[in-house]
Amino acid sequence: MAQLTYRDAVARGIAQEMRRDERVVLIGEDVAGAGGVFKTTVGLLAEFGPKRVIDTPISEQAILGAAMGAAMTGLRPVAEIMFSDFFAVCWDIVVNEIAKTRYMTDGQVVLPLVIKTGNGGGLRFGAQHSQSIENWAMAVPGLKVVTPSTPEDVVGLMAAAVRSDDPVMFFEHKGLYSSKGEVPDGDIVDSLGTAKIRRPGTDATILALGMMVPRALAAADQLAGRGISAEVIDVRSLVPLDTATILSSLSRTGRLFTVEENPRLLGWGAEIASIAAEEGFWDLDGPIQRITTPHIPLPSADSLEDLVMPSADSVATTVEKALQS
Amino acid sequence: MKLPLSDHEYGEHGAVLPPQNHATHDGADIDLAVRTGIYRKLQEMRQFESRAYDLFMRQLVKGTSHLSLGMEAIAAGFGAAMRSDDYTFATYRGHAHTLARGVPMTPVMAELLGRSNGLMSGKGGSMHLTSVEHGMMGSYAIIGAHLTIANGAAWSAQYRGTGQVAVCFFGDGTTNIGAFHEALNYAAVYRLPVVFVCENNLYMEYTAIADITAVQHPAADRASAYGLGSQVIDGNDADAVYLAASAAIERARAGEGPSLVEALTYRHGGHSRADPGKYRPEHEVAAWKAYDPIPLYRARLVRLGVEEAELDLIDKEVAGAVDLATEEAIAGDLPSPESAFTDVWADGGSSWRN
Repeated sequence: MAQLTYRDAVARGIAQEMRRDERVVLIGEDVAGAGGVFKTTVGLLAEFGPKRVIDTPISEQAILGAAMGAAMTGLRPVAEIMFSDFFAVCWDIVVNEIAKTRYMTDGQVVLPLVIKTGNGGGLRFGAQHSQSIENWAMAVPGLKVVTPSTPEDVVGLMAAAVRSDDPVMFFEHKGLYSSKGEVPDGDIVDSLGTAKIRRPGTDATILALGMMVPRALAAADQLAGRGISAEVIDVRSLVPLDTATILSSLSRTGRLFTVEENPRLLGWGAEIASIAAEEGFWDLDGPIQRITTPHIPLPSADSLEDLVMPSADSVATTVEKALQS
Repeated sequence: MKLPLSDHEYGEHGAVLPPQNHATHDGADIDLAVRTGIYRKLQEMRQFESRAYDLFMRQLVKGTSHLSLGMEAIAAGFGAAMRSDDYTFATYRGHAHTLARGVPMTPVMAELLGRSNGLMSGKGGSMHLTSVEHGMMGSYAIIGAHLTIANGAAWSAQYRGTGQVAVCFFGDGTTNIGAFHEALNYAAVYRLPVVFVCENNLYMEYTAIADITAVQHPAADRASAYGLGSQVIDGNDADAVYLAASAAIERARAGEGPSLVEALTYRHGGHSRADPGKYRPEHEVAAWKAYDPIPLYRARLVRLGVEEAELDLIDKEVAGAVDLATEEAIAGDLPSPESAFTDVWADGGSSWRN
């Protein structure tokens, strides 16, 4: 068991898979020599060499196209898009090509590839380097979507993503890179499509993703002090979605809250709220409530960014008020 | 500022005319067996697409389709120069490129008709023809994307040390999109075994490429920006194509990196079936129809001593194959309703939740 940062866990997960399978290769801007702008690929060039760990031009379409073409012809690439905001310049390759080709070719083409990216706000980077776009990916049939919140999950979900024969969008949260956690020794392989109960509770279910998970846990601490027992579920995987864990929790607590970093409209919680309304309606003791960033671009100033993103305080306050009413 | 269409009316631009000499490559060092093979492919492509057009008019082919009538020499010439395990990446105008790799006609025709015996069981359609077992790695319908994907296949071949080459076909309009430039630089930087082939038919959809491109040769004139040679070839002469293809593929296979070939050609019809192609000067259309790659090639073979009867037999055999493919395609079942829900994922299904 070792204490590892979230960013070191990314490199560990990739290295674990590269040692196991020489078809696994890594490409992206600054991923080799520099070890990644977020230092998530440190040491990989030294261990695996320039044939398998490759710096690319600032050409996001070329990067993802290369990953796709390689995946369809026998490699298992991991490609990095530095900031998830940059998917806007290569979304064609993701949505029109990678997501649809297996279906359009009636299963002839297999695309075992991982696209990893730095996602999310909280770092004062402003509106073009802070977005949470995992809900964009969730909206496209053919993409698996995961967002780990702990170093252990980073390693295990990266391994699961690399071993998947489907394309996986792997959203690392930039605000969590320096966070630390215990990671067991040896190989770790998690499974896609599974949520985790981070804190059991009886009065309310709080769903969270990425950096919202530690905030939801902090909120649950606050709520415990006020006599409210909140269950916190780390959704982890948007596609496939572990609705069983979510609906089962709802059946026990009777209340459902989502904590979403995305702007309000069509955040991932909207889909879950819809499922809960259809399938968990008779378990609900009150309205489902979504706690999101307002429907605005993220401001840069720290005071403003803190104001608009869901915080432990805002989550605790919202849940407490809802349960009192 | 000089605006497009400020010095001529729409459709009244200067015509670009084909070469006059049909015998330029008569003496090329190409086996007669290779040449008769090319001739057969030319006939297959022409007769297949002519039939596809007829079926469209009979409303048996739905949606849209993009024919390469008049442009077959590029697909046939490259097809003959490729190794069986090389990779083809084509555009939505990909029927000829699919046949060039030896994909049988029936599944291709059935795919156009949306039948269960289609190449992709009716789930891809005319614009996405793919047959991995034939090295036909797909037909891509978003301009520019597949140049980057061809790079990936070339990278994989390089990594695995197989000697395979990726050949990527695209139209003149593609040269003005960002992915084209990203892909060329990327291929050059890593010396990828890929051949980029611009099928320059002088028109994007309804606009002359010359009216909105800064250079005369939209692909070849950009090649030097990426350290690649500038090659413009006669895309209607299958021998010219075969020679250029063989050289570029050999170069790629030898580890000498990518090439870009701009092949001048002309489509006999419009961009898609909705387009009558009225934006083209009449005498330009007439001149290119007179420089049709198929009569051109047939006349050469005759000059080289091939009996007319042998060529007639090929024509007739191909006509029989097209008839059979048509019958088999029309007789094909509609796809099962369940098939709409298969193969989203590698487990074969479409489930996104538990």
